[in-house]
Amino acid sequence: MNGKFNHYRSLWTGSSITLLVLLLPILIPSNYILSIMIMIGFYTIVCTGLTLLMGQAGQISLGHAAFYGIGGYTSAIVSTTLGWSPWLGILIGMIVSAIIALIIGTPTLKLKGNYLALATLGFGVIIFVFFKELKGLTGGLNGFYGIPYLNLFGYYLDSDFGFYYLIWLVAILGIVFASNMIRSRVGRALKAVHDSEIAANTLGINAQKYKLQVFVISAVYASVSGSLYAHYVTFINPELYDVMSSITYLIMVVIGGAATVWGGAVGAAIYVILGELLKEIIPYFTDTTGEYQIVFFGILLILILIYMPNGVAPILSKGWQIVSRQKHAVSTTSLKKTEVAGGDGS
Amino acid sequence: MELFNQLLQLMITGITVGSIYALIAIGFIITYNITGVLNFAQGEFAMFGALICISLVGVGLPLWISAILSIVLVTIIGMGFERLTIYPARHSSIPTMIIITIGASITFRGIGLIIWGTQPTSLKPFSGDTPIHLWHAVILPQNIWAIGLSVFCFIAMYLFFNKTYVGKAVTACVINRSAARLMGIKPETMSLAAVSVSAALGALAGIIIAPIAGASYSMGLMLGMKAFVAAVIGGLTNAPAAVLGAFIIGILESFTAGLWSSGLQDAVSFAVLLIVLFFLPNGIFAKSSGNRV
Repeated sequence: MNGKFNHYRSLWTGSSITLLVLLLPILIPSNYILSIMIMIGFYTIVCTGLTLLMGQAGQISLGHAAFYGIGGYTSAIVSTTLGWSPWLGILIGMIVSAIIALIIGTPTLKLKGNYLALATLGFGVIIFVFFKELKGLTGGLNGFYGIPYLNLFGYYLDSDFGFYYLIWLVAILGIVFASNMIRSRVGRALKAVHDSEIAANTLGINAQKYKLQVFVISAVYASVSGSLYAHYVTFINPELYDVMSSITYLIMVVIGGAATVWGGAVGAAIYVILGELLKEIIPYFTDTTGEYQIVFFGILLILILIYMPNGVAPILSKGWQIVSRQKHAVSTTSLKKTEVAGGDGS
Repeated sequence: MELFNQLLQLMITGITVGSIYALIAIGFIITYNITGVLNFAQGEFAMFGALICISLVGVGLPLWISAILSIVLVTIIGMGFERLTIYPARHSSIPTMIIITIGASITFRGIGLIIWGTQPTSLKPFSGDTPIHLWHAVILPQNIWAIGLSVFCFIAMYLFFNKTYVGKAVTACVINRSAARLMGIKPETMSLAAVSVSAALGALAGIIIAPIAGASYSMGLMLGMKAFVAAVIGGLTNAPAAVLGAFIIGILESFTAGLWSSGLQDAVSFAVLLIVLFFLPNGIFAKSSGNRV
């Protein structure tokens, strides 16, 4: 009964957040807010995939910017160099990313802990070098120009307003898919693998197969986001996909919390909004330009991991619980008792 | 003959770079063996070492005093790092520890950016730049400094871990943490000692490389990652093997850059990393050497 109750509550939470996302551009007609929300959308898609990998499967990846880049460049090459439909570019990007994830994941996911982190890091660096050096395909460090906008039923998505709805539609679909996956057989198997891989193996769960599945899925998430980003900015260069970008995704997932399906979205929102605030505040203290806000995120990352290892999302959902139940004014202990009693009754 | 000279020149460059990777890689291995933590902030010690030394020289201090002061300061930074991150998180899982050191790494990087800005700077070579000719290849005095100081450090490390009381205590912690605790050695204190020594080695590496490759706030990440590759080639637990790994990576990179394409040298190093991880996860010297540190 408890599970069902949770399911309805998360459905309720989900639909209210969805409604808020849908209405936001109409409620606050600001191009600045819109562009920030679009950035959050891109990161939400990547981080939701990474949340599945880190939170559900317990695997770390320091190379996810590579998949973001593979999506971006594949889409760019298909739609610009070949002149095919951008939608086909996104699809081919997904397929290419999935195949590369499969090839690289098969040996990589057999590694544990430190070695896994190093292998994904190495993979990320190698792909980054390819983006830089395959100048004929990618344009090298000069970047790739003139990527076409997406076209939806004859309507070009060249405005923030149109793109906002597309990116959030994809992001919400991604979150729904992820939350369904967590509840499926795959999700339960992953949880078992996360708790104890040996125990899961003895129960007949093929840990390697499930880890590989979720690695491929998370790569496809990153690829879709990367493709959409390429069609949004119409110009990409290899520096978007370096090791620091992979680390940025990791920061978001840790801030949001990898254990919940909302963690990626919460982390992305906090990262982008805090980043924007810091960009406003820091120039008052130093006249250096550049990525100085990383000091703050570095410290935040350490503090969260030491003192709040589950991230911010669970705290938000606890806050939401308290708000939605306040009218009953019951303490948590009596609440537990009622739940237990209710469980016995049904 | 022309090719021979070119190869000799690339070999000299490779050994120089390798000796710098080796210093950082030893730091990794010392930290890893004692704390179980793969310290992603290791390269940032080199960044701090180089930039602090350059600033002190800029103030007007003689090079050798600047270098010593810089190493001391970085050692203190390393101690602070250990107490504020590794120590409070010592019971965390491996992925958590990795991400914590990544957090420390980007914090250091950001601090470097705020203090020194984005502009790369350089340090004057330790003793001029009159080249020494060896057949038709050229050795710069800085190359000799790099190789000489590294070899000096390897010997010092060997003596420290095998001949001194503190060093033996650290080694005891590596071999058996619980037994060392029963003998009255505090693993927590040893962890502090280990990270301090690693920080000092990193700082020295940074100071040596500054006249060769320049220094900037972002130099730490790549240096650190190359040292990772070296440490992994050596199997992560074996310091002499890691030194050998560092020279292999240095020489391989130098040859890739000289004979193929300088843009590809990173890809080659990390391809070696992946090959070693996939096929020889205990390092390429695993059979010949069973000892740790």
